[in-house]
Amino acid sequence: MEDFYREIIIDRYKTPHFRGELEPNDITYEDDNPACGDHIRIDVRIDENQVVTEAAFSGEGCAISLASADLLLESIIGKSLEVVKELAKEDILDMLGIELGPVRLKCALLPLKVLKAGVYGIEGDDSKE
Amino acid sequence: MTAKTTTGFDVQQVRKDFPVLSREVRPGVPLIYLDSAATSQKPEVVLQAMSAYYRENNANIHRGIHQLAEEATHAYETAREKIVRFIHAPSTEQLIFTRNTTEAINLVAFSWGRNNLSAGDHILLTEMEHHSNLVPWQLLAAEMDLVLDFIPVTPEGVLDLDEYQKLLKNNPKLLALTHMSNVLGTINPLKEIIRDAKSIGAVTLVDGAQSVPHFPVNVVDLEADFYAFSAHKMCGPTGIGALYGQKDLLEKMPPFLGGGEMIKRVELRSFKANDLPHKFEAGTPAIAEAVGFGAAVDYLLELGMDKIEEHERLLTNYAMEKLAEIPDLTVLGPPAEKKGGVISFYLNDIHAHDVAQIMDGSGIAIRAGHHCAQPLHIKFNIPATGRASMYLYNTLDEVDRFVDGIQKVKDIFK
Repeated sequence: MEDFYREIIIDRYKTPHFRGELEPNDITYEDDNPACGDHIRIDVRIDENQVVTEAAFSGEGCAISLASADLLLESIIGKSLEVVKELAKEDILDMLGIELGPVRLKCALLPLKVLKAGVYGIEGDDSKE
Repeated sequence: MTAKTTTGFDVQQVRKDFPVLSREVRPGVPLIYLDSAATSQKPEVVLQAMSAYYRENNANIHRGIHQLAEEATHAYETAREKIVRFIHAPSTEQLIFTRNTTEAINLVAFSWGRNNLSAGDHILLTEMEHHSNLVPWQLLAAEMDLVLDFIPVTPEGVLDLDEYQKLLKNNPKLLALTHMSNVLGTINPLKEIIRDAKSIGAVTLVDGAQSVPHFPVNVVDLEADFYAFSAHKMCGPTGIGALYGQKDLLEKMPPFLGGGEMIKRVELRSFKANDLPHKFEAGTPAIAEAVGFGAAVDYLLELGMDKIEEHERLLTNYAMEKLAEIPDLTVLGPPAEKKGGVISFYLNDIHAHDVAQIMDGSGIAIRAGHHCAQPLHIKFNIPATGRASMYLYNTLDEVDRFVDGIQKVKDIFK
């Protein structure tokens, strides 16, 4: 089980690189995992080309969900929103480097769910303009 | 270290009655099951009773004339008699089989609540209720414009009885509360609480999901109007529970679900409801599960509920003592003498999910989350807790392994 808590997961949980809030921001979204009460908020700033320049997360969660958030945000800096929208479950599992059962998979995927909801949300706003 | 832990209670012998306890979670990793507050394991006698029913007696009940139908009806009704005796209820008419505690409480909310409450009436609950004794009342309150009041939980984790006296001045029509908290382990002083509620004319409902499995319960002595519990937390199968109710209340209540079995006579545009308890048991019930429920009660009675209670007290006292020695660990709820074998805890800076995951690596099954009591976690300002809950088959040795497991968690997150 120590394998499960790989060094990178413990490191990112204890000393995250992307923890915080961005005000103002271009994209912000938050959501809960009702099964465990975890809560994640993600803020993103983008440039005029829809490329992510800054990102931060805040909230409460287990090592898996918070390490997942930190690694996810690191991976999207410099990427366009189009690329972000293509991110999938496998990308998260690759970053974490572990296999997960159905319950913990929800923890790992909560940040991606929040990020994608935020990205699709801003697209919705654009279409209204 | 094994052997007997309590006078006259041989836990190693008890463990042999539960097939699953001899399995390994993964090769070389034995199971340490500390999640009995969620559901208990099942002894061989219960599994055999259910299997034998299907192999030898299976038929639908109450309607058939043939031999199997007679045997099935007898098996189902015998189970009811056993459960009636187990909680010292006065008659089988007052024991309704439901799916579980949740359905029993919903039955009362639907049938008693809708016909005895009106807009502006108060319902008194507590801050330590499981969602099953909270959400049904929220639904009813929204529908009927009722007011929900809550007896507060003190920082120690017991009900604030001074506040309770004040809330009684709102003249609640119903008091619905748990006998034992599934998070804090707190055993509420029900007798006094019910007496005071009845003195102002309130009807009382008790969620007994965590109490009936663990210590002797006498519904007549408690004077509860309704008492709900589930088989699966007391060595029985899932899919069946029971509602005890005062006869005069049950008789005046309209049926809950409509269908077969709950009727005496049906015409195209009307029906006449059946007698108690069948009035509340529409459709083919969980017959094999009732048989298993009866076998579970037999099993618990043979061991002795007082012996089981004593054994769990020993485990709880020992676990609370051991956990008090661990820095950065906080146990929610009152001291050992006021609680049953449910221990919810958190470690500073380590999420409960991670604790449970690492424990699972050592074969230790505990629960992590809010245990269907989210408001209580909000009150204590904790997103989630780990919960170890004990039953008759747990040992002092397992408590030691659990404590070792916590140390391992701390080492990984060092």
